[in-house]
Amino acid sequence: MNIFVLVKRTFDTEEKIVIANGTIQEDGAEFIINPYDEYAIEEAIQVRDAQGGKVTVVTIGGEDAEKQLRTALAMGADEAVLINTEDDLDELDQYSTATILAEYLKDKEADLILAGNVAIDGGTGQVGPRVADLLGINYVTTITDLEIEGTNVKIVRDIEGDSEIIETSLPLLVTAQQGLNEPRYPSLPGIMKAKKKPLAELELDDLDIDEDDVEIKVETIEIFLPPQKAAGRVLEGELSQQVKELVNLLHSEAKVV
Amino acid sequence: MANKVLVLGEVRDGVLRNVTFEAIAAAKQIADGGEVVGVLLGDSVAALASELITYGANRVVTVEHPHLKSYTSDGYSQAFLAVYEQEKPEGIVIGHTSLGKDLSPKLASRLQSGLISDVTEIEGAGDNAVFIRPIYSGKAFEKVKIKDGVVFVTIRPNNIKPLDKNASLTGDVSSVSVDVQNLRTIIKEVVRKASTGVDLSEAKVVVSGGRGVKSAEGFEPLKELANLLGGAVGASRGACDADYCDYSLQIGQTGKVVTPDLYIAAGISGAIQHLAGMSNSKVIVAINKDPDANIFKVADYGIVGDLFEVIPMLIEEFKALKVNS
Repeated sequence: MNIFVLVKRTFDTEEKIVIANGTIQEDGAEFIINPYDEYAIEEAIQVRDAQGGKVTVVTIGGEDAEKQLRTALAMGADEAVLINTEDDLDELDQYSTATILAEYLKDKEADLILAGNVAIDGGTGQVGPRVADLLGINYVTTITDLEIEGTNVKIVRDIEGDSEIIETSLPLLVTAQQGLNEPRYPSLPGIMKAKKKPLAELELDDLDIDEDDVEIKVETIEIFLPPQKAAGRVLEGELSQQVKELVNLLHSEAKVV
Repeated sequence: MANKVLVLGEVRDGVLRNVTFEAIAAAKQIADGGEVVGVLLGDSVAALASELITYGANRVVTVEHPHLKSYTSDGYSQAFLAVYEQEKPEGIVIGHTSLGKDLSPKLASRLQSGLISDVTEIEGAGDNAVFIRPIYSGKAFEKVKIKDGVVFVTIRPNNIKPLDKNASLTGDVSSVSVDVQNLRTIIKEVVRKASTGVDLSEAKVVVSGGRGVKSAEGFEPLKELANLLGGAVGASRGACDADYCDYSLQIGQTGKVVTPDLYIAAGISGAIQHLAGMSNSKVIVAINKDPDANIFKVADYGIVGDLFEVIPMLIEEFKALKVNS
């Protein structure tokens, strides 16, 4: 089976966001594979181990993203592709990202494409479904279980806490929801092997993409931090009195119940 | 300039979801005096059209087909795009719900348009409207606009105020016939797991538990409180990792982002990842044994104490409040 995983390098979830000169400061920040993409990588490895085939992880970004690709290779992916847009594009949006990924994937005859259901930075969840649409294949988002038999696929997807049981077929793009699996940590031998696994670097020219074709459609005007929330009141006195006071405050002062 | 804006009505268990009424309000702002057209897709939905109009839609277009009984991206996109072709709107507003998140990128791809997902606020109106949305799960926000083409946005439930219902409003209801076909996805079954029947994303009250809840049974008093307040139960990653509850309840940077009127955090220490998922709630109550817990830093009201003592007392007090008011 020919399997592709779309991954994104994101800020570590521990990081605080610092804005200077209108942009988010990356200096000194730790970066990780987007956590939802880790579920996608793990699932891809499990499908390959059960069915045979090859797992290729693909990302768009700069040189720095190589580290995350190596981590995916160390987990067990077979090959990695970095589509480096650093020199060609100042900005990417979901439209441009999906267009570039689809151009890369269009002649790869992928049976299964996996991605995270959302990236924890931009948080739009658009790229997976957009890529599927551009490739003309079906997609299922926020999956928590995947069973493949031949070209038949049985999926459980999370819809706001409920589970939807779905039947569809390959080729298919799925996006991973938490609960799909428990992503493995790269083993030491895995890390050693990853250094020798193929990691290809492509630019827009290699994909015959003209910069104008991937011009952004959504423009960012401003990035800002939410107002600092002042610490509130910690109630005092007998516990039962505190509870009474709290209910009163919620009812009369905050007026939320 | 006045714009025509389509709003996709979302129906759950035979009723329109609140987020649809919020979407109409958002659409009004983008329309800036232009027409807001409600779109209803399903096997039998025409009866709901008048409700869209009472919340501000000028008219409604329905597409009814047996293949639209359950949501599929193939079925809904065919039907919605048929309405789009007929109406040629300048804007589209859809709820950022499970359905909206799944459908909107496909529509945007078909329309070769930009899409602004998960909008929490709109500034300005008409062609000057700009959209505010959280990034990094609410650790920061961005203000964005569509450079050109259709103004396509999804709105986060619970953030944009719906217009007041006005039963005297009237409007035209028409239908478009679409031959919905080639569905590549078959929905076999929907298994209900959400404990209180209230969506986390739309809940006005969320009662959330962390490691301090100690067990799956420990969530029972939280469920009781959530039920009493008409809310939903949530959890921290710690509680989910410890198997006290399903991952679908997880709130945080991985997990759901919620903005209810009232968020009660019980036995949650307040890791930065959790705070990202709930700190934009209107009122936050923290209950924790540890007076130094991080959660108190974002809480409007805090009680230092054992949640297993405090929650039952809270249940009694809220019951008393209900009886008295």
